[in-house]
Amino acid sequence: MRRYSAFAIAREAMRHHLGWERAWKSPAPKSRYDVIIVGAGGHGLATAYYLGKNHGIRNVAVIEKGWLGGGNTGRNTTIIRSNYLQDPSAAIYEKARSLYETLSQDLNYNVMFSPRGVMMLAQTEHEIRGYQRTAHANALQGVTTEFISRARVKELCPIINIDGPRYPVLGALWQPRGGTARHDAVAWGYARACSDMGMDIIQQTEVTGVKREGGRVVGVETTKGDIDCDKLGIVVAGHSGVMAERAGFRLPIESVALQALVSEPIKPIMDVVVMANTVHGYMSQSDKGEMVIGGGADNYNNYTQRGSFQHVEETVRALIETFPIISRLKMLRWWGGIVDMTGDRSPIISKTPVDGVFVNCGWGTGGFKAIPGSGWAMAELMAKGHSPLADAFSLGRFREGRFIDESVAAGVAH
Amino acid sequence: MLTFQCPYCGVQACETELAAGGEAHLKRFGPGSSDDDFEGYLFLRPNVKGVHFERWRHAMGCGKWFLAARCTATLEVFGTYPAQTTEPPADIIAAIKASRPDWSLT
Repeated sequence: MRRYSAFAIAREAMRHHLGWERAWKSPAPKSRYDVIIVGAGGHGLATAYYLGKNHGIRNVAVIEKGWLGGGNTGRNTTIIRSNYLQDPSAAIYEKARSLYETLSQDLNYNVMFSPRGVMMLAQTEHEIRGYQRTAHANALQGVTTEFISRARVKELCPIINIDGPRYPVLGALWQPRGGTARHDAVAWGYARACSDMGMDIIQQTEVTGVKREGGRVVGVETTKGDIDCDKLGIVVAGHSGVMAERAGFRLPIESVALQALVSEPIKPIMDVVVMANTVHGYMSQSDKGEMVIGGGADNYNNYTQRGSFQHVEETVRALIETFPIISRLKMLRWWGGIVDMTGDRSPIISKTPVDGVFVNCGWGTGGFKAIPGSGWAMAELMAKGHSPLADAFSLGRFREGRFIDESVAAGVAH
Repeated sequence: MLTFQCPYCGVQACETELAAGGEAHLKRFGPGSSDDDFEGYLFLRPNVKGVHFERWRHAMGCGKWFLAARCTATLEVFGTYPAQTTEPPADIIAAIKASRPDWSLT
């Protein structure tokens, strides 16, 4: 693989940009791999990457039904933060956030990580207490967050109307090293690095069945023929239930639509991410100038990747009250993604009832921020059978009542 | 936008009038059942991509719970029926089979 650098740009400029290679290869599948990962989104590719980088397992295929990064990796609002309440969540999200800090250098691919700061507005007395509690918990967990005053909110984000009639801003939970990254680049960067390690990324190929012998996985059936494997990682987000059924077990997951929208591009008006959880809306400005707005999730099972009109209205109405400046902005694009929700709103990184099959799912409405940490933990679990970051997120927690309850602390769209 | 006809008051209600209540026809397990049964009843769901039987409440209308058959992949609604039923009625099954000949109630 030819490395990207300032020198490479100069070199290619001299020869009409004819020397750039394809970022990853598209090989035909082999008949056998040590590990097969189903799903070439951020989490699947990161799992493959850390299997190779941290554990030396490189005979790996990543099989994708559609195109690489075309599911929720390409549909989220790109926010990265780790200000969670519970210890296991803070550990894995902070691992992810800290990996994002150096991901561009690590992958030799610019993922445009921008630690611009994430602000979660407190707009009720309960939220003040909740966020102060989170700030104290984060202090013990080694996650840098702070509860800031409403004056400081106004200073950090001058376009906020802190005296809104219904929900005035009373303060905020501030994570200065949270921010955003370019979501597609995260998938592309991991894919390029995996391909460079000799892994096969196989797109436009659906895994239609899981072959088992004596309670153990031996391979998969795909639309391009059968492929054998020792271990199988299912990392398919919204379709986790469908894949689990093919592997012969059920998951504590329901799939619903979550939607987002972006405005026309405008000049820079805010350089932080603002989340307003009481009124259900969050917003940041992309490098192109578009205002990126996240809405609420539907509450019924849905696989259509479409949003509902009433959620757009709800979200935009709330944001206009908080940011009067955007009231005449035109919206450019609107889309939905299928998110996999667990009962406690925390993910599952776990072994399954089938030997050799592992699942990484349940990230629900907040998976993008976790990609590097999730891949790191899943790779360790698949390689060694155990990972300190993943232990608390096992499937067994539902049966045993060890929930990691983030449904209040985590954020807006739950 | 999803619309269902409430089987009690007959109103054609859109999703903003309704509250979703998850999968229908769950078999309940209570005290004394095995851990497996209890876990299955409380948490494990087939989460089907296709025909889904589910509970809805006409929250902004008559306030009553009813059941519906709907396709989660296309949002097609096959019909609604009262909540006091333990399995999908024959006319709903017929409506589903009319547009999904390969489908069968498992």
